[in-house]
Amino acid sequence: MDNLFNRKYIIQGLFIVVGLILLGTLFYIQVASDKYFLSAESNVLRKLYTFPARGVILDRNDKVLVQNEPVYDLMVIPNQVKEFDTLSLINIIGIDMKRFKKSFNKATVQSRYQPSIFEKQLSVQVYASLSEQLSRFPGFFVQSRTVRYYPDSAAGHFFGYVKEVSKKDIEQSDGYYRPGDYIGKAGVEKQYNDVLRGEKGIINMLYDAHNVPKGSYAEGKFDTLARSGEKVVSSLDFRIQKLGEQLMKNKVGSIVAIEPATGEILAFVSSPGYDPNLMVGRQQGNNYMDLINQEKNPNRVFTVRPIQGYYSPGSSFKPLDALLGLQEGVIDPNTTFNCPGYYMAGNHKVKCEHVDGNIALRKGLARSCNTYALYVFQRLMQQKKFKNQRVAYDEWQQRVSKFGLGQKLGVDLPAERPGNLYTSDHYNKKYGNRWGYTTVISLGIGQGEMDATPLQMANIMAIIANRGYYVKPHLIKAIGENKVIKKEYARKNYVGVDARHFEPVIDGMQDAVNAPWGTARQSAIDNILMCGKTGTVQNPRGKNHSVFIGFAPRDNPKIAIAVIVENAGYGSTYAAPIASYIAEKYLKDSIAVNKRAGVEWMKKQVILPEPKKPKLKVKPILTDSLKKDSAQKTLSPVKILPAPAHVPITAPATVKTGISTVKPITPTK
Amino acid sequence: MTTQQGNRFFFNVDWITILLYVALCSIGFVNIYASIFNESVANEFSFAAKYGKQLIYIITALILGFSILLLDAKFFSVFSPIVYGLTMLLLVAVLVVGRKVAGNQAWIPLGSFRLQPSELAKFGTALLIARYVSTFNPKFRDVKSIFFAAVIVGIPLFLILLQPDMGSALVFLSFMFPLYREGLSGYFLLIFLGMIVLFIADFLVPAQILIPLILAIGGLFIYQNRRKHKVMISCIIVTVIAVAYLFLVKATYERLLEPHQRTRIEIMLGLKTDPKGAGYNVIQSKIAIGSGQLTGRGFLEGTQTKYGYVPEQSTDFIFSTIGEEWGFVGCFTVITLYLFLLLRIINLAERQRSTFSRVYGYCVASILFFHVFINIGMTIGIIPVIGIPLPFISYGGSSLWSFTVLLFIFLKLDSNRMGFI
Repeated sequence: MDNLFNRKYIIQGLFIVVGLILLGTLFYIQVASDKYFLSAESNVLRKLYTFPARGVILDRNDKVLVQNEPVYDLMVIPNQVKEFDTLSLINIIGIDMKRFKKSFNKATVQSRYQPSIFEKQLSVQVYASLSEQLSRFPGFFVQSRTVRYYPDSAAGHFFGYVKEVSKKDIEQSDGYYRPGDYIGKAGVEKQYNDVLRGEKGIINMLYDAHNVPKGSYAEGKFDTLARSGEKVVSSLDFRIQKLGEQLMKNKVGSIVAIEPATGEILAFVSSPGYDPNLMVGRQQGNNYMDLINQEKNPNRVFTVRPIQGYYSPGSSFKPLDALLGLQEGVIDPNTTFNCPGYYMAGNHKVKCEHVDGNIALRKGLARSCNTYALYVFQRLMQQKKFKNQRVAYDEWQQRVSKFGLGQKLGVDLPAERPGNLYTSDHYNKKYGNRWGYTTVISLGIGQGEMDATPLQMANIMAIIANRGYYVKPHLIKAIGENKVIKKEYARKNYVGVDARHFEPVIDGMQDAVNAPWGTARQSAIDNILMCGKTGTVQNPRGKNHSVFIGFAPRDNPKIAIAVIVENAGYGSTYAAPIASYIAEKYLKDSIAVNKRAGVEWMKKQVILPEPKKPKLKVKPILTDSLKKDSAQKTLSPVKILPAPAHVPITAPATVKTGISTVKPITPTK
Repeated sequence: MTTQQGNRFFFNVDWITILLYVALCSIGFVNIYASIFNESVANEFSFAAKYGKQLIYIITALILGFSILLLDAKFFSVFSPIVYGLTMLLLVAVLVVGRKVAGNQAWIPLGSFRLQPSELAKFGTALLIARYVSTFNPKFRDVKSIFFAAVIVGIPLFLILLQPDMGSALVFLSFMFPLYREGLSGYFLLIFLGMIVLFIADFLVPAQILIPLILAIGGLFIYQNRRKHKVMISCIIVTVIAVAYLFLVKATYERLLEPHQRTRIEIMLGLKTDPKGAGYNVIQSKIAIGSGQLTGRGFLEGTQTKYGYVPEQSTDFIFSTIGEEWGFVGCFTVITLYLFLLLRIINLAERQRSTFSRVYGYCVASILFFHVFINIGMTIGIIPVIGIPLPFISYGGSSLWSFTVLLFIFLKLDSNRMGFI
């Protein structure tokens, strides 16, 4: 019996052990972990949001560029829907039965008790006829929201667009964004999204298990009001922005105009462009698919060419040769070189367009003489103070990069590209230590392994216009009433060339436009001294690009500009006139009467690369590589409408030559 | 005369147990009030509301309990076969005339009141077990006495399984403790424990690992006891049975258990999550309890409770209200009260001179223990959801009264411990 009596302790011990197991588990879930506490909060707390209006965008003359238009989302709370005349509802909002069922099921799946969007963005007209009859459709109600409207239908690349948030946006927003919210996805709408979007208002409500609201949380202590987005003032001048877009119609390329003193971008044209209103509203998805469709829009509409297009600077690089030559003291303004119509880089001939004989700085730039530029480049590379030419090259590369080449300029737009400008390491890897200035000679005329964006080219003009510095180019000059912008957009960046060296170079650029022997003499503006430089940039994929960079007026310049028209041949033919029209419009507010026909003619020009031929699926014959090469070189024809009599088309015969060891160089003009 | 009588009736009653009983009932009332409370409705006290009804149940339970103290102690021993028989009849009757509630045919409607015979069967069975042990003094070393005990427990268990009410049926396994106390081999408890462990292991460990593992362990024991033939043979038998049991579980699991019971088991083992469906109760209950943290959110301040996130909160999930509004401190208090009560009953049982009283005391403690352990265990997710009430605290007259009768019969027996039954 004693033995059995002891079993009392075993049973009591078991009770205690089980009690301790329960207490241990309770301790874990109640005291050691706050997971359940947080779950309880998220069970009962719902945040109701009020949506702020997105900030307005103005141009530099306070013209309103973006407005907010009200749209009306038809919402539904599925469990409040009672029997109703579905047919009349679908007739009013203009959808079919299939879509009705799909939307309704989607809403039901999301939540039976919470409102979901049933049909997005009804127009004002539909809203008007619907609101009269809304009482016939229990469970449905209309929620108003605003969407963007761009009254000028221009500058799509500048604005970018606003779109529904993605999963990634939501994850990265620290809980600000929720599914169905809108966010700037490109352009200024993206870059300045944080100031444009404002702040949503939040009302914290308590809900019970049946989703019935039970009053506000903590007496509204944590509730906030919606705050509208900030007003943003852009630096664009929409008069020249629109003119630029019209001039670039049916052409591929860019226009960038900068106010030199401030770095403010005046025009930002990327062609082909798109109407930003296409990226708003119910058809956004379809329109987007159309715009990226290779067959309907073969020229990559969404490429922001001013900051993403890569072009060899070509002749527009030549002023830099002269500036560096003067700064280093390897030339003075009167140093002359003899141009026999070509320049000999070692054994290789680089052709020049003209035979100018002895030529000095001013005329060398005005005539865009390859020989002159390359002699300067050669002298820069052969300076005695450097151990070898590779060291000299690095010094040169350093100085050139101070002009903003080979690096992002830091413009206030997403997805800027840096361009290409290599250090000696790149060539050391490629050629070992057995290379010298002749290897990279084409860089002296802005060709070869050098790529710049149109923004970088315009910025070089701003540097020359400023006589030695630039302010980082930017598109937004003021945010809100306090006009704050980043400090970096007010700082002068000096490029290390003394101001006095600029005048001789500017002389040459003035002559290029204004002297009878200049390359862009047709593009001179009455009463305004425009300085510039044409370029005809070799393009490995097709016909040469037409380039012009310049600034005006010569003294106290107001506008620096870069124009690139792809596959349009000589810089003087297309790019230079376009630049002069823009500058004239900006400086004088109107274009001289005698030039208006030229403007209209330019607007009508269609210069588009031929659509790519579908690739042949024939197996290439290895021995026939030469033939294949030549086939690829076929140039796309350029459609040119007959020109009015007073607009001369200069089309001298193209002379082609190349340096076989490096990269073929075509003469630049 | 009356005072003397009163003295006679109440003099030896263990007031500590009654105090613990009243404390638990009060805790129940307060938390039922909290779980029914709705701040958007005017909360005038009403006897139509659940807390009002529970107050009536508590008062009537106390009257019932003290009436039992007025009965003659011999009554229970003498009439135990009849009480057992009557409750078995009720169990049969419920299968015929019972009303189906939530899939279980467990209730006999009596006007506005519903009688749950399975509650009564617990003390009916406890009385008969006590009577059997006290009359025949079996030591449960022979097959015959084990068989008799198994029949006494097995009949109500089987009838309740027919309802089918798995939870109430499980409680009848608690009679193993009194039998163990009276001499049943501890191996039975171990085998039972082993069955549970193997059952769980069967889900969590793949068979191709589990079976070789059991064979290896069994083999080790067989090898070690190779000189003691008797032990070796029992080792072999145990190993074979264990493996056979595993196959049996695999083969019968899907056939014997209802789909919802299988889901509950799988959720408890973490094999399934179903936050909107079968797992909802447990998740919301755990959230409620966990959000109470150390000191709780305060009376009527629990949002899970107030806004109705935990289903069945006033009945089977009442412990989640305690956890949310009173925190770990509240849970600790309640569990400690239960432990005091259980240990107290065991101590009282051990001081009985009559075997009948002792066995009955053990039965009471074991039944309460099973209820408390299973109920709290399910609200914190360590036991599958089995719908049995928390003694004295859960809402409901039927269960409160039967627990009261169960306990007060023992208190009566104890107050009479000096006499002979």
